Amino acid sequence: MCLGIPGEIVALVPDRADLAMVEIAGVRRAVNIGLLGGPAGGVGVGDWVLVHVGFAMSKIDEAEAAATLALLRGLGEAYTDELNALAGSDIT
Amino acid sequence: MRFVEEYRDANRARALAEQIAALCEPGRQYKFMEVCGGHTHTIYKHGLLDHLPESVTLVHGPGCPVCVIPMGRVDDAIAIARQPDVIMTSFGDMMRVPGGSGSFLDAKAAGADIRMVYSPLDALKIARQNPDRRVVFMGIGFETTAPSTAMTVLRAAAEGVRNFSVFCNHVTILPAIKAILDSPDLRLDGFLGPGHVSTVIGCRPYGFIARDYHRPVVVSGFEPLDVLQSVHMLLTQLAQGRCEVENQYTRVVPWNGNPRALEAINRTMELRPYFEWRGLGFISHSALRLREEYAAFDAERIFQIPGVRVADPKACQCGEVLKGVLKPWECKVFGTACTPETPIGTCMVSSEGACAAYYNFGRFTRRRTEEVTRA
Amino acid sequence: MITEEQVLERIRRARERRPRLRDERITLAHGAGGKATQSLIESTFLEAFRNPALERLADGAVLEADEARLVLTTDGYVVSPLFFPGGDIGDLAVNGTVNDLAVMGARPLYLSAAFILEEGFPTDDLRRIVTSMAEAAAAAGVDIVTGDTKVVGRGKADGCYITTTGVGVVRHALSVDRVEPGDAVLVSGPIAEHGVTVMLARGELDIEADLTSDTAPLHDIVAALLEAVPQTRMLRDATRGGVATVLNEIAKASGTAVVVDESAVPVRPQVGGACELLGIDPLYVACEGRFLAVVPAECAEAALDVLRSHPLGAGAARIATVQDDPPGLVLGRTAFGGTRVIDTLVGDPLPRIC
Repeated sequence: MCLGIPGEIVALVPDRADLAMVEIAGVRRAVNIGLLGGPAGGVGVGDWVLVHVGFAMSKIDEAEAAATLALLRGLGEAYTDELNALAGSDIT
Repeated sequence: MRFVEEYRDANRARALAEQIAALCEPGRQYKFMEVCGGHTHTIYKHGLLDHLPESVTLVHGPGCPVCVIPMGRVDDAIAIARQPDVIMTSFGDMMRVPGGSGSFLDAKAAGADIRMVYSPLDALKIARQNPDRRVVFMGIGFETTAPSTAMTVLRAAAEGVRNFSVFCNHVTILPAIKAILDSPDLRLDGFLGPGHVSTVIGCRPYGFIARDYHRPVVVSGFEPLDVLQSVHMLLTQLAQGRCEVENQYTRVVPWNGNPRALEAINRTMELRPYFEWRGLGFISHSALRLREEYAAFDAERIFQIPGVRVADPKACQCGEVLKGVLKPWECKVFGTACTPETPIGTCMVSSEGACAAYYNFGRFTRRRTEEVTRA
Repeated sequence: MITEEQVLERIRRARERRPRLRDERITLAHGAGGKATQSLIESTFLEAFRNPALERLADGAVLEADEARLVLTTDGYVVSPLFFPGGDIGDLAVNGTVNDLAVMGARPLYLSAAFILEEGFPTDDLRRIVTSMAEAAAAAGVDIVTGDTKVVGRGKADGCYITTTGVGVVRHALSVDRVEPGDAVLVSGPIAEHGVTVMLARGELDIEADLTSDTAPLHDIVAALLEAVPQTRMLRDATRGGVATVLNEIAKASGTAVVVDESAVPVRPQVGGACELLGIDPLYVACEGRFLAVVPAECAEAALDVLRSHPLGAGAARIATVQDDPPGLVLGRTAFGGTRVIDTLVGDPLPRIC
């Protein structure tokens, strides 16, 4: 229901603690980071955030992202193993 | 694009599809509801159904903000927009939504000053730039979008912008899910939880679905692999006889949500006693309005609102579609009287509305498509 | 009880039906190049003016005059802002009409230009626009031989509107009728750049990107293609409504199916990023210097070589294949390994939040 796009913080805006410049595939927009916790939203340059209607809704957790991908890869490998096992099995 | 491309990999999808097929008990049919229209959009845009076995059906839920707006509210908004000194602003999504007498696009053609904005903050900017006009932002959306409206109201108050107000149509997802769970004519095996709403409210509030209704919930991301993995997680729960709330979208959704966003909503908004949902009727405590303290920014208190009530067209079965009782194509007017060019129901308007998605992206039949594209 | 198959068949038939104009007023959707535009043209203009040359509803009309076969085309240009990265309304007005002639297989010869100016419009801006028109015309090898000027009261127009009409001589007989199953569909470069650039240049979205419009005259690259691959079936420039709209026109007019390999469609990362952010599908966004070519499959590689060796075609790619079934539909093979229908757009592509 809500379009949210991951973007990278490329700059904080001087004099505006609630704003950060966010880059999405080379496209930049000032994004309000007032909904994130902590001073300066607890985020800094190089962090990735989820952007929705000009607001950063949450900081993207890189470790969790890697874990999800590893899990997906694992599911894929289990499948490949199974295929290999199937190919290697002798049913004659 | 990082955090996007890697979740669109066709090879991983194929591997996951095999795993999903293996989890399905032979002869059993599975019906899962994707609550959120964003998932509906993903499913059709990426052709995700081609990776699911026939025995798994995805039912489109009520999580499309423009689809659940009753026609009367659109008419009310247009009545505000018609006042000579008003600039009405809203998201692009609203422009084509039909009210009882036309859409924003029609009202604009008839002379109303209606502008599209990307963010509610852009509406506030328009208010600053046009001090002699009254600028109204039509706030739509679930808990994902409500905090942005709340923050904008707080900012307007802090800056003392006096010509800005909000026509608040924000709704909350849980009462809608509960209404669906309580409808007697529906059998669902589990829910794909709305990922971006959950960035705000977290995963805990879905607990009642598992506890009281014994249905598994997996909060899901919006890339196609996210959705496939979430289906896999739902099937795994069912296979293991579990019924829990799980979070697939851990990279974005904290278990406890975003306390600051919730605080912004709570400071500026309160629950309405009841609100009308398109097709679902009146649901108590299912929508937000501005608090008394922010009355100066509340379009409903500033303007004479006609309070139009327009009954949904009789033939339109949006309600049944939103509840997942009917597939879009089972609606009486689908594809005949109701098409994307001449929508009767809102489900046909938004690109993530179940009917429009099915009409635009729906495959004519699974088998036929496969034959055709393999040829 | 109606089955899913029957409903889908009903949609298929509905898609084939000529659209009707039901609106009481003109809305912006009628100018967006999608279904609403189609319904306006077919129910209003075509009804009133009907004749064989117009009925083809191509980019221009092919006319027989004595021994010569001419193409006549006309186009009105309105763009906001008037000046945008990579161009302005002036070169757009020349290139757009030159391109409509080129994709009809004609060599562009002469242009007319009519200006509607708003009272108070700065003459410096007008000079700038006219200078870029002159440069674009020189680059395309056409002369602007006649014109007209009207001024309307302040507030009655948005600065400057230009209408250009072009005449060219037919060199190659191209037609959608020649499209056959098995043909390959090529695009001359990355798509959606003009539309996204102009959308961002309006400044309302507060989005910054180093993007420039793709506006360019296509007569030269088209001539190179047609010389090297005379078997080319048809060409179409992908302006309003974008590549998806052109593919739908091809599928409907030729009674074929077009199957798009979505991962092969060239989109620059920044254009893709802006589209993701705004929730817009680049397949529906306008180009002003890109065209689609349908060629026999065996000529596809040769055609791509010619396109890629031209400066305006460096990013050319084969994006789709024509099939006989299901007639009239455009299908996308998604990068995710699924299939979807790519329909004609209803109105403008609007930024969405959900």
